[in-house]
Amino acid sequence: MSELKRALESGAFAVTAEMAPPKGWDFSQQLEDATLLRGKVHAVNVTDMQSACLRASSLGLCVHLKQAGVEPILQMTGRDRNRMGILADALSAASFGIDTVLALTGDHPAVGDCRDAKPVYDLDSVGILRMLSAVEEAGTDCGGNPLSGPPPAFFKGAAVTPVYEPRILQLNKLRQKVEAGARYIQTQGIFDLDELKRFLEAVEEAGIRVPIMAGIIPLKSAGMARFMNENVPGIAVPEEMIARLDAAAAEGKEKGLKGLSAKLGMELAAEMIARIRDEHICPGVHIMAIGAERNVPVILDMAGIRL
Amino acid sequence: MIITQKKPREELLAMLEEVTKVALVGCGQCASACQTGGAKELEEMRALLEENGKEVVGSVLPDECCHKLLVKKDLKAVRDAGAEAIVGLSCGDGVQTVADNVSIPVYPANNTMFLGQIERVGMFNEYCKMCGDCVLGSTGGVCPITRCAKSLVNGPCGGQKNGKCEVNPDNDCAWILIYKRLEATGQLDKLGQTRPDKGHAAVAYPRHINLREKRA
Repeated sequence: MSELKRALESGAFAVTAEMAPPKGWDFSQQLEDATLLRGKVHAVNVTDMQSACLRASSLGLCVHLKQAGVEPILQMTGRDRNRMGILADALSAASFGIDTVLALTGDHPAVGDCRDAKPVYDLDSVGILRMLSAVEEAGTDCGGNPLSGPPPAFFKGAAVTPVYEPRILQLNKLRQKVEAGARYIQTQGIFDLDELKRFLEAVEEAGIRVPIMAGIIPLKSAGMARFMNENVPGIAVPEEMIARLDAAAAEGKEKGLKGLSAKLGMELAAEMIARIRDEHICPGVHIMAIGAERNVPVILDMAGIRL
Repeated sequence: MIITQKKPREELLAMLEEVTKVALVGCGQCASACQTGGAKELEEMRALLEENGKEVVGSVLPDECCHKLLVKKDLKAVRDAGAEAIVGLSCGDGVQTVADNVSIPVYPANNTMFLGQIERVGMFNEYCKMCGDCVLGSTGGVCPITRCAKSLVNGPCGGQKNGKCEVNPDNDCAWILIYKRLEATGQLDKLGQTRPDKGHAAVAYPRHINLREKRA
């Protein structure tokens, strides 16, 4: 059974961390980070060429993680593979005991680093979920042909962007994802818990029932926050938070200390995680450390989170 | 309207490197509206080719360059003029229709861009991808397959910023346009309607339609 499913169903505060495969075939850094995450998170969510930038496949790192005793979540986007490619990877994943997936539409190649690549989008996030649900239900493939042996059963999830206008479009798509089989949701990086609460209230009012895990991005600097505000859709770091990061950097400069703003970023992330748990805002968090995965156990310690 | 754009001159001239006697075929429909294959463009092409040492032995402007029988008739004028090659100033369909009617090489003067709307003279917007299974009835008359960069049929991705597309910020997010149109026309209930996956079996190309089949 999916570790994430078990955690969410048991009422434990669920914790996942994101990790990207290497841009190459040496996975040693990822496996080193995984060792640090073992026992600290319920699962590690492996990106599928995030931001449309070429990397080794999500499935590859998921297999490595599984073999290293860390529960992986297979991210699958519709950008690079048609329904056959996606289902083929899902079947292979199942054979390795990978039982949790996250279905995403995927960033467009035009915003990535291999811009001549053909965008596929045979299926979007909803379509991937529908296909996997239908395969599981009917025991047939994406063409309706029988599979040899039992169909793969995945604990399926999807993403949502709480900071979005008009909100009705996000709620509508969220509803479709849940109807298509999503049993957990993770949000885009959240920096304003009041805003998150308002979104969750709207989800509640819309009658959509699904566990929503808050996305947490530990900020490394004020510059990173400003860059994301400018360039990453759905990200809104409050000015007050940016000012604190700026002040930390200035203090570091004055005292000749390095990494003060990154340290503050980790503290801010830990504070949010603790509040989310203590105030029961969400049943779990999804931490996107963007290359600083080794900080995740430290942040969880700061937040007082133990599995 | 099939929207075309002129190929770079160098590219066209490179194709014609070995050719001396050339005939030109324009198109009275789309390519005329796109200013890529009308009477004026035929004259400009004649001048360009002559400047570059070619002899233009004929020039015709069929009403529609995609109409095989019509083109066949109009090509009579150039067929006997001794051309070594034809330059087609039309869409890719027109160039192929000309090629179906002759036994000499036909070279495209244009790139065929998209099926689009003429917003104003000289302003064209891609509006239809000819997917073979129109969804406009449930999307407020805004095509998500064409006007969303990812052709998303179940609603938007998370990538819009201020209503603009992450792929090209010059473009409006199609799903926000759909939302606005459905709201303005009192059809917001359609937003929540599930759209069944229509698959891609219907667009296995090349496709053919024959209205005569049933009558025969």
